[in-house]
Amino acid sequence: MLLEIKNIETFYDKIKILNGISFSLEEGKVTAIIGNNGAGKTTMLNTIMGLIDDQPEKGKITFRNKPIQLVDTDKIVKMGIAYVPEGREVFEELTVKENLLVGAYIRKDRKGIQSDLVKMLEYFPALKSRLNQLAGTLSGGEQQMLAIARALMSDPTLVILDEPSLGLSPLLVQEIFKIIREINRDGKTILLVEQNANMAIEVSDQVYIMENGKFVLNGPADEIKDNEDVREFYLGLKEVDSLKGYQRYKRRRTWR
Amino acid sequence: MIVQLLISSLVTGSIYALIALAMAIIYKASEIPNFAQGEMAMVSTYITFVLLSTFGFPFLTALVLTLTFAFLLGILFEFLLIRRAKEPNLLGFIIITLGFQLLLFGLAGWKWGSDQRTFTLPFSESEVVVRTSSFVLTEHNLASLIIAMVIMVILYLILNHTKLGLAMRACQQNVGAAMFNGIPANRILGITFGISSIVGAIAGILVAPITTLDPTMMWDPLVKGFAAAVLGSMKSLPGVVIGGLLLGLIENLFGFYVSLEFKSIVAFGVIMLILFIKPSGLFAKHYIRKV
Repeated sequence: MLLEIKNIETFYDKIKILNGISFSLEEGKVTAIIGNNGAGKTTMLNTIMGLIDDQPEKGKITFRNKPIQLVDTDKIVKMGIAYVPEGREVFEELTVKENLLVGAYIRKDRKGIQSDLVKMLEYFPALKSRLNQLAGTLSGGEQQMLAIARALMSDPTLVILDEPSLGLSPLLVQEIFKIIREINRDGKTILLVEQNANMAIEVSDQVYIMENGKFVLNGPADEIKDNEDVREFYLGLKEVDSLKGYQRYKRRRTWR
Repeated sequence: MIVQLLISSLVTGSIYALIALAMAIIYKASEIPNFAQGEMAMVSTYITFVLLSTFGFPFLTALVLTLTFAFLLGILFEFLLIRRAKEPNLLGFIIITLGFQLLLFGLAGWKWGSDQRTFTLPFSESEVVVRTSSFVLTEHNLASLIIAMVIMVILYLILNHTKLGLAMRACQQNVGAAMFNGIPANRILGITFGISSIVGAIAGILVAPITTLDPTMMWDPLVKGFAAAVLGSMKSLPGVVIGGLLLGLIENLFGFYVSLEFKSIVAFGVIMLILFIKPSGLFAKHYIRKV
C-alpha cells in the first residue's frame, strides 16, 4: 500500500473533526473521496500533509510504510507527496514560470526540471503563452492548471487534489478531469477530493464516501455508482416513483 | 550649496535606506516590525570595534567576522525567540522584538559601558576626495554611497536570481503554499532574519563614524529608517530605498532652510503625514485578489 491511514482523529481546539478514519491507497490508482461541505475532507488532507499543528491527535499515517504523522510538511513533500489545495493558492506575485520552479524546489536535477517544465506545457498548453506573466493575472481555470502543474513539478509519486473543479465552468471541469486521467496514465497515483460526485466517480477506480468525519461507504467506482443511496443522495438520480406517481416515503440512508 | 545638500542627503538617505531595507525584508516575510534591528546593528558595530581596536585585526577580516556574527545573531533571534511563540499575533511579536532590543541594550551597556567611543574606519570623515568651490565630498561620503549601492544590488540579485530568493519570495506571499511545495518555511525565515541583520550591521558600521559608538547610537537612525520604510511602503523593497533617499532629502532641506534644531522631528512628521494620506506607503502595490 502506498498511503495508509489508521484511525486518525483530528481536533480543532476541542471539536473533533475526524472521527477515527482509516483507508489505504493503492499505487497507480485514482481514488476519490466524496462528501458534503463540512464532512472533513479538506481537514483529512491537511492532516496528511502535516499542515495542522500537533495533529492528528490519534492514529497512524504511513507512506510507503514510513510514519508521516507529525512530520514537517516539507519533509512529507520530499518523500513524494504533492498537494494541490482547495482554491489553488498559486503565488500571485510570482510569474507562472517562477511558480513552476517553486514546485520543483525539492529537486536538484536541472535537466529533469527542464524536461518536466516542457512536459507541463504539453499537459497545459494554455500556460505556454503566459510563462512570464504574474500568476495573479491568470483566470481561475488557468490558475487551477498552474496549481496542478506546480504540484507535478516536484515529480511526486502521489498527487493529492482538493476540489480541482471548484468554481470552474463545466467544460473546464471536463478538461481538468481529462488531464487528471492522463497524469494517472503517466504513472502518478492520485487522491482526489471532490463535491462533484458525478465527475469524481467517473474518473476514479476506488471511491470513499465521507460524512461527519467518517467514511460511510467505500468500494470500486462501478459498484458505488450503482449504490441506491449514492444515486439518490450524491448523484441526484431518483429511482422510479411508485405506481401512483409519487414517492410514499422519504428514503433513508441505509448506512445510518 | 545645493550640491552639498544633495550629497549629504544622498549619504544619510542611503544609510536610512539600508536600515529600512533590513526592516522591510523581515516585515515582508513575516509581518513582524523588528524593533530590535537597531540594537542588533549596534552590537554588531561593537564587535567590529573590538576586533579592530582590541585584537588589531585588519579591517576586511574584522568586517567578514562581524557580518558572520550578525548573520548568526539574526538566525539565533529567529530560532530562539520568534519561532518559540505559539500562535503569535502582531502584538506578541512586537513585545518579543522590544524585549530582545532591551536585552541587547542591557548587555552592551554592561559589557562596553555607556561612554561614547570614537570609531574609525579606513575611510574617514575628515579625508576629502573631491573639493570644489561649491561642495566637498569626503571619503566616508563616497564609501557610504558605494557600499549602500553594492548591498542593494546584492540583495536584488539574491532575491530575484537565486533559488533561496525564490523561496524567500514564495514564503513572503503564502507561507502555507510554500510549505506544501517542500520549502522549509521556518528555515527560510531564519535566513531572512540573518540577511536582514547583516544589512543592519552594515548600516551600523556606516553610522558609527559620523555619530559616536555607544549603546544608544542606533536609536535615532532606527526611527528614521522605520519612517523611511513606512514612507516607501514596507511591502516594496524598491519603494523602501526611495523612501530612505526621500527622507534624507526632506530632512536635510528642512535642516538647512527651516530649522536645524527641529531636524529630527521631520521623520516623525513624515510618518504622521503618510498615515494621514496614504497609510500603505507611497509605493504600495495593491494586488487585487481574485476569488
